Amino acid sequence: MTAVIEVQDLTKTYKDKNALDRVTLSLEPGAIYGLLGRNGAGKTTLMSILTAQNFETSGTVRVFGEHPFENARVLNRTCFVRESQKYPDDATPRHAFAAARLFFPNWDQALADELIGEFQVPLKQRIKKLSRGQLSAVGVIIGLASRAEITFFDEPYLGLDAVARQIFYDRLLEDYAEHPRTVILSSHLIDEVANLIEKVIVIDDGRIILNEDTDAVRDRAVTVIGDAAKVDAWASGRDVLHRDALGNVASVTVLGRLSAAERAELADAGLDLAPVSLQQLVIRLSQKAGTPAETEEVR
Amino acid sequence: MIEEGKPLFLQIAEQIEDSILDGSLTEEAQAPSTNELAAFYRINPATAAKGVTMLTDKGVLYKRRGIGMFVAAGAKDILLGERRAAFAERYIDPLLAEARTLGLDASDLAALLSERAARTEGTPA
Repeated sequence: MTAVIEVQDLTKTYKDKNALDRVTLSLEPGAIYGLLGRNGAGKTTLMSILTAQNFETSGTVRVFGEHPFENARVLNRTCFVRESQKYPDDATPRHAFAAARLFFPNWDQALADELIGEFQVPLKQRIKKLSRGQLSAVGVIIGLASRAEITFFDEPYLGLDAVARQIFYDRLLEDYAEHPRTVILSSHLIDEVANLIEKVIVIDDGRIILNEDTDAVRDRAVTVIGDAAKVDAWASGRDVLHRDALGNVASVTVLGRLSAAERAELADAGLDLAPVSLQQLVIRLSQKAGTPAETEEVR
Repeated sequence: MIEEGKPLFLQIAEQIEDSILDGSLTEEAQAPSTNELAAFYRINPATAAKGVTMLTDKGVLYKRRGIGMFVAAGAKDILLGERRAAFAERYIDPLLAEARTLGLDASDLAALLSERAARTEGTPA
């Protein structure tokens, strides 16, 4: 399969900080990707560069085989739903949808109308006056109804309540099933999107630290709990992501898939096994990579 | 319904297998489509498809072109064989491990088993 996005040694430097550090990626068509990572890890910078809203310092960027900058052949096939999308001062949702309809060749007005009803977006109110959730809904509707071949959703759920987020997830899956396309979903709510994404990319401090099939990662790490001495003896020499202790009970999360024999061995030793969710794995991997906490999102 | 730490496609395959084993999905009946599975379990359609493919590879499901997936004749026997082979490891081994912790030996377990079995047989579900 030909990649729709190919990035090689992509580096973006702000002053003396690398927002992206030699990122190399290749994205296949027709899959839903999860782009996960902490604030300031470089998610928005990466998506901005892929949609020509920002520029690389060095490296190669190819979207549909071409550089996206001022390239209509690329840009009207991609849709970037930004977390902080700006609209003209007096624009209403009706204006925003009309503009999107003109811009995106695959725009589906019937789908947009349905979603406007489901998310209860007031069409005639000025966007400036919308609540955070309504603003997010406008972005989500444009992202879904544009049916762009590549759609980026950058934390599209801000201000959306649990019900509205579920509508978004359900409609995304439903529409994707009928019209397969490449979707890149950046999110902090990892547990909520874990089952939706076919591939997971984790970015930390500007570097890609995980890029795999989500399902292959589900049993990638395991937590072993029990007598501290036994647990530590078992874990020594393994790739330990995290350790907690309570009295003489320890809980150690290690990277690596266990064989049936290893599981039996642990059971015989009286040690318990607990699964590690995608969210926990991402947290542990990011901590292990040793990023100091970021306070500001670098844009 | 969906648990952590286990590939989703396996879980989807197992759910379909369970339906075949308990008779809610009979042989030659139409199995749910990939998109139906994806919508019901709220998972990625590609993952659901992988679970279905696993079952076709095993000969449990087969495809009728343009119609959908169906349960193969003999599917239940294939699954019964598999599940029986895995039964000891899946159920007996953990049972023995817990019994050992509690100081129960194999003869205690045998007595407990026949006692409980007699009770459940006395009160049909």
